[in-house]
Amino acid sequence: MALITCKNLKLGYEGEVVVKDISFEINSGDYLCIIGDNGSGKTTLVKTILGLNKPIEGEVIFGEGLSRTDIGYLSQRTDIQKDFPATVSEIVLSGCLSHMKHRFFYSKEDKRMAMENMEKMGISNLAKTCFANLSGGQQQRTLLARALCSTGKIIFLDEPVSSLDPEATEEMYEIVNDLNKKDNITIVMISHDIRNVEKYASHVLSISDKSSYGTIEEFLEGEKKGVDDNG
Amino acid sequence: MAEIFSRLGYYFQFPFVRYALIVGVLISLCSALIGVPLVLKRFSYIGDGMSHVAFGALAIATVLKFSNNLPFILVVTTIISILLLKSGQKKKIGNDASIALISVGSLAVGYLLINLFSDKANVSGDVCSTLFGATSMLTLNSTDVYISLILSAVVIVVFILMYNRIFSVTFDENYSTATGLKTGIYNLVIAVITSVIIVLAMNLVGSLMISALVIIPALSAMRIFRSFKSVTICSVIVSVVCAVLGILVSILASTPVGSTIVAANLICYIIFFIVGKIKK
Ligand SMILES: Nc1ncnc2c1ncn2[C@@H]1O[C@H](COP(=O)(O)OP(=O)(O)O)[C@@H](O)[C@H]1O
Ligand SMILES: [Mg+2]
Repeated sequence: MALITCKNLKLGYEGEVVVKDISFEINSGDYLCIIGDNGSGKTTLVKTILGLNKPIEGEVIFGEGLSRTDIGYLSQRTDIQKDFPATVSEIVLSGCLSHMKHRFFYSKEDKRMAMENMEKMGISNLAKTCFANLSGGQQQRTLLARALCSTGKIIFLDEPVSSLDPEATEEMYEIVNDLNKKDNITIVMISHDIRNVEKYASHVLSISDKSSYGTIEEFLEGEKKGVDDNG
Repeated sequence: MAEIFSRLGYYFQFPFVRYALIVGVLISLCSALIGVPLVLKRFSYIGDGMSHVAFGALAIATVLKFSNNLPFILVVTTIISILLLKSGQKKKIGNDASIALISVGSLAVGYLLINLFSDKANVSGDVCSTLFGATSMLTLNSTDVYISLILSAVVIVVFILMYNRIFSVTFDENYSTATGLKTGIYNLVIAVITSVIIVLAMNLVGSLMISALVIIPALSAMRIFRSFKSVTICSVIVSVVCAVLGILVSILASTPVGSTIVAANLICYIIFFIVGKIKK
């Protein structure tokens, strides 16, 4: 049984279909990249898996005992308010809420975990800084540290590098790759950057009128064939 | 100075003055607490709408001649604020408009009802005091004070217990939902707390100025402080200090309580605004 199985998903808003016929599965340890044009429905798909949208048809099945509280998520940048008064450590700590059940306040263990994850992301010196005053890369690291407080199993990232400069982009890819390879965290990433998809992904889901899903090898094979056919 | 104190001492012999101060402190504390998430969630307009609904409910209660209006107004306002929140979650266009409709509608119907059915001579004076809180503050009876005491205590305890979750739902509702937090419940808690505070605050500043009491302390605090915790604490302090000053000034200078408190808050906002600019 896969970690997450998506069967014949048809997605959209208010009955209007954005994308259909999507079937794939995410297995533990995968590094899945979701690619596709702007507006093709990548964000919609991730939000559906996360339970933020309802599918028009089809289903999302969680396996291997995975529950919502085992998930970390880095949303597209626009989802967070610009001048919200919150410090890095307040935000990172809030990731611990998902496993607090009926406890009201953070425990020592929660605080230690937040500290560790801030160190891991190289932002522990910014703990008391306001989120709004950080650079794009530092903000993404903060949100990733929050995700790490929520889960050690699976993290969804929606275009995590779209607002970063080239240097910060490379760093972000390295960080995510380390999480996947060293900490064995399953990664599901929406990305535009084909070069880095080829470099890091283990599986690729391409969303379009004819969506396709397969391993990175199958994807590269298909790309090559497409090029050969055309020229 | 000594003269001021002796005059205050004279006034504080009367229980209704002491009641006014106690209730004023509690209500300003609670309204500042809930103001922070309301402002940050861009829900302030709901608070404004609710205050008019509370006025409509008060009118109905007056017509029905309840011995104590508070419970009835509380129930009606809470139910409507939950309904508004639910419809707001569907994000249909026209939610703003429906709130405007309900709020202006309650105001109009409320005024109409009071005019038609009131047997008191000075109807417009009555209405004026409910809208602007001119005298109602000094007509609190001990039941009102007890209800305010208990409800404020409940609001404060609930807010403190839920504080971390309220932060998460306010900062990033999608993340909270996606990671398994029951965001619906916390939004409900916020809606219920809001309506309770609005009904309580109607006694203090009158229904037209409640949203000022909820919003301004949070806005002031955000001018200077940059963490959720410090903003929350600062807005509570600002709100309580302004309420106490406002009540004392209104007693000494015989100004209307509500407007004096709101004026104190505005002055505070201006000071914080300037300090915030200088700090940058
Ligand atoms: N909340 C929404 N309501 C209605 N339509 C939406 C909403 N969000 C996105 N859409 C539409 O759904 C389509 C897919 O959007 P999205 O999933 O964000 O694309 P992508 O992430 O691939 O760029 C777009 O045409 C967009 O206009
Ligand atoms: Mg998108």
